[in-house]
Amino acid sequence: MTLSLEPRTDAPRWLSPALTVAAFIFALALSAVIIALVGGDPIRSYLHILGAAFGSVGVISDTLVKATPLILTGLACSLAFRMRLWNIGAEGQFLLGAWGASAVVLAPILPAGTPAIVVIPVMMLAGALAGGLWGFIPGILRARLGVSEIIVTLMLNYVALSWIQFWVFGPWSEGGFQQTDAFPREAWLPRLTDFATAVPGLGGLTVHLGLIFGIVCAAIMWVALERTRWGYEIRLIGDSPAAARYAGIDIKKKIVIVFVISGALAGLGGMSEVSGVVHRLQDHISPGYGFTAIIIAYLARFGPFRVVIASILFGALILAGREIQPQGIPAMIQGVILFSLILADVLVRYRIRFERRLATA
Amino acid sequence: MTSPAPESVPALEARGIVKAFPGIVANDDVDFDLRSGEIHALLGENGAGKSTLMNILAGLYRPDAGEIRLDGTPVAFGSPRDAIAAGLGMVHQHFTLVPSQTVTENILLGLDTPRFRLNAGRSEAEVARLADQFGLRVDPRAKIWQLSVGEQQRVEILKLLYRGARILIMDEPTAVLAPQEVDELFRTLRSMTADGRSVVFISHKLGEVLAIADRITVMRRGVVTAAGLSPSETSTTDLARRMVGRDILETVQRTAQRPGARVLAVKDVATDNDRGLPALRGVSLDVAAGEIVGIAAVAGNGQSELAQVITGLRSCRGSVTVNGEEVGNRMAGHAIRHGVAHVPEDRTGVGSSPNLSIADNLIMKRYRDAPVARGWFIDDTAARALAQGLKDEYAIAAPSIDTQARLLSGGNLQRLIFAREIESGPKLMVAVQPTRGLDVGAIEAVHRVLLARREAGTAILLISEDLDEILALADRIDVLYEGRVVGSFGAEGADIHEIGLLMTGGGAAAREPGEAATAAGAGTNS
Repeated sequence: MTLSLEPRTDAPRWLSPALTVAAFIFALALSAVIIALVGGDPIRSYLHILGAAFGSVGVISDTLVKATPLILTGLACSLAFRMRLWNIGAEGQFLLGAWGASAVVLAPILPAGTPAIVVIPVMMLAGALAGGLWGFIPGILRARLGVSEIIVTLMLNYVALSWIQFWVFGPWSEGGFQQTDAFPREAWLPRLTDFATAVPGLGGLTVHLGLIFGIVCAAIMWVALERTRWGYEIRLIGDSPAAARYAGIDIKKKIVIVFVISGALAGLGGMSEVSGVVHRLQDHISPGYGFTAIIIAYLARFGPFRVVIASILFGALILAGREIQPQGIPAMIQGVILFSLILADVLVRYRIRFERRLATA
Repeated sequence: MTSPAPESVPALEARGIVKAFPGIVANDDVDFDLRSGEIHALLGENGAGKSTLMNILAGLYRPDAGEIRLDGTPVAFGSPRDAIAAGLGMVHQHFTLVPSQTVTENILLGLDTPRFRLNAGRSEAEVARLADQFGLRVDPRAKIWQLSVGEQQRVEILKLLYRGARILIMDEPTAVLAPQEVDELFRTLRSMTADGRSVVFISHKLGEVLAIADRITVMRRGVVTAAGLSPSETSTTDLARRMVGRDILETVQRTAQRPGARVLAVKDVATDNDRGLPALRGVSLDVAAGEIVGIAAVAGNGQSELAQVITGLRSCRGSVTVNGEEVGNRMAGHAIRHGVAHVPEDRTGVGSSPNLSIADNLIMKRYRDAPVARGWFIDDTAARALAQGLKDEYAIAAPSIDTQARLLSGGNLQRLIFAREIESGPKLMVAVQPTRGLDVGAIEAVHRVLLARREAGTAILLISEDLDEILALADRIDVLYEGRVVGSFGAEGADIHEIGLLMTGGGAAAREPGEAATAAGAGTNS
């Protein structure tokens, strides 16, 4: 018996989404086997994860809080990936966005006491601009000089982290600790719990306005990609840059623009995290959201609304990681999901054949 | 089938091959046999199932049903590697060579021996011996990128011979060759059959098939319509009828027409190719409204770069104007806006976006304008209406406008490209190799479309390596050799032998159209 791969010439439309779902189920099954092998009870583990992530209104809220930065960074990756721009620097763009938003309060760009209605939009803008700048650098290098965006974005992640560390250890340090002073209330994104005085049921729910940013951005991105000339150009470039050039599209310009928007989305994610959750700048504000975003973009097959769903799923896994022992299990599941997705990708393009080998010579 | 030659088992025999793709049966109970030491030509239109059959024989696809026998033994190849191990190899239309490596390195690539250490000298000697035996002139130490298309083809053939191939499948090998190179290839093929090897020769050119083949098999719509004809019992008209299913006009009629005002003016244009070497060295030419100017050249003499310069895809020195507007050194979009249509040489890589739908491909040059564009948005209804209209008008055979472009056959893809380019109402059309790899029926359709555009007053620059095509269509002919125009002919004064000589650098002084009244009428009867 041998196993061989034969290219598919005729993958039906439903195959790719079906295999994505199948890969996800397969990943859960494989993870269950691994849990059982190390002596755990997979059913109980999964129930525990489910309970920890979705068991009550409170934890659902926490799951959504975790999902929020993932949605924005996931959208950032999806947009770039659609054009085959491998932006793996959402992490750095996220950090820069957080820094830009913090600068509004800490530099300070706006004087203390400015009302929230002004501070929040300015922070959003600053976050998006700083993230956009971090996207502009690999974009212009790729467009003008043909430098690999993979290397540049990867390296800029470290630069961004060092940049943040410089500010939180140095100029903005809160008495020598590696964090800044807490932001004033005007710089906090509204959370559901903030309305607990009016609606008592909302007490303790920390889900914040950033989630709405994510959903609105997903909706705008869907319209832009599926209904506009701009989205058509991205599809064309993503499939065949030579054909796009032939159609009269300025690809270089487009690369820069898409990179800037991608960076701005991740930057907005960073803003939403410091303003909605942490309320200060620290060097540990991201447990790798920008990298998880890559897996999310793939799981979502670069679809904006699917990014939202995939982010909630991964938000749940991150949250469960804090709840269940050992903590490594959710991380393992994430890894297995990625592995299964890559496998599914192969199956979209090839079909596997098992056969007995006949005489060939 | 009873064979009158019972002395031997066929070298290769396919019986009852069935292969279906969604919506189409590409091979429907196909039989094919190849005797050892013969050249067996396989004829058929695009989509007739020739390539599918050959891909099955070469191990690229698996048949849904049927049997393949090699020297009488049933075989089932899992991959081209299995096939070549059994002595069967295929030279594809698109070469699979590594440009930065030498001829010998390319030939050794993928082999199990030598296992670790390259003994370049010994391998080179073996390559040189094979090349010498079969008349495949090529330097074993040359890098692939330094070679002409014809030489690269020889490397592909050598690759198979080095692996001990007894059966060679050649997929339209003459499509990329100049007339003189075709003669050389034919000598090579004959020396291979004299050596006991067998060749399957796929072609659309009926004259060629009659010249080289020992036997001819014709396919149409997945079935064999004529099996193993000998050239003496058939003719081009007969073969064409079996291929297309109806009589076709072999030559299109060009009406007399007075050209209008000058549309395209190219002045002293020079540019480099992708390797940074000079491709054009001061080319000047012009094309008037309602006129077809043919560029005759062997591949790699600057004609591709000329098309790219005019359509804004390559920068240049000198000037390119369309109706007085400079379009050289601008973005391609600038040329498009000024009425330059482009039927590019590379249909799958440049002229279409393979994974996008037919509809998306048809609006490629229209999505910026109403009614397809509505402000920033694309009006899906208008886009689909436009695409459906073009699909019907140009008879693009596909299940729907949502079908991916990569699933179209060559002829249908070219229809799509022509449909889109003509729909834009061009003032100038640059058509590069518009019929390369197409079958008789599709070629006829393309020629009709080009002549219709000519009558409608479009200026047409026709760049083709098929001299017969240029002679049949062009009002004037410029010969390009090593980036220079080395000869200009009026349609009446064109002599195929002289043009052929100039194309290969063998011409004396360049001729002017006025001097060329001697060979009137040549080329109309090919």
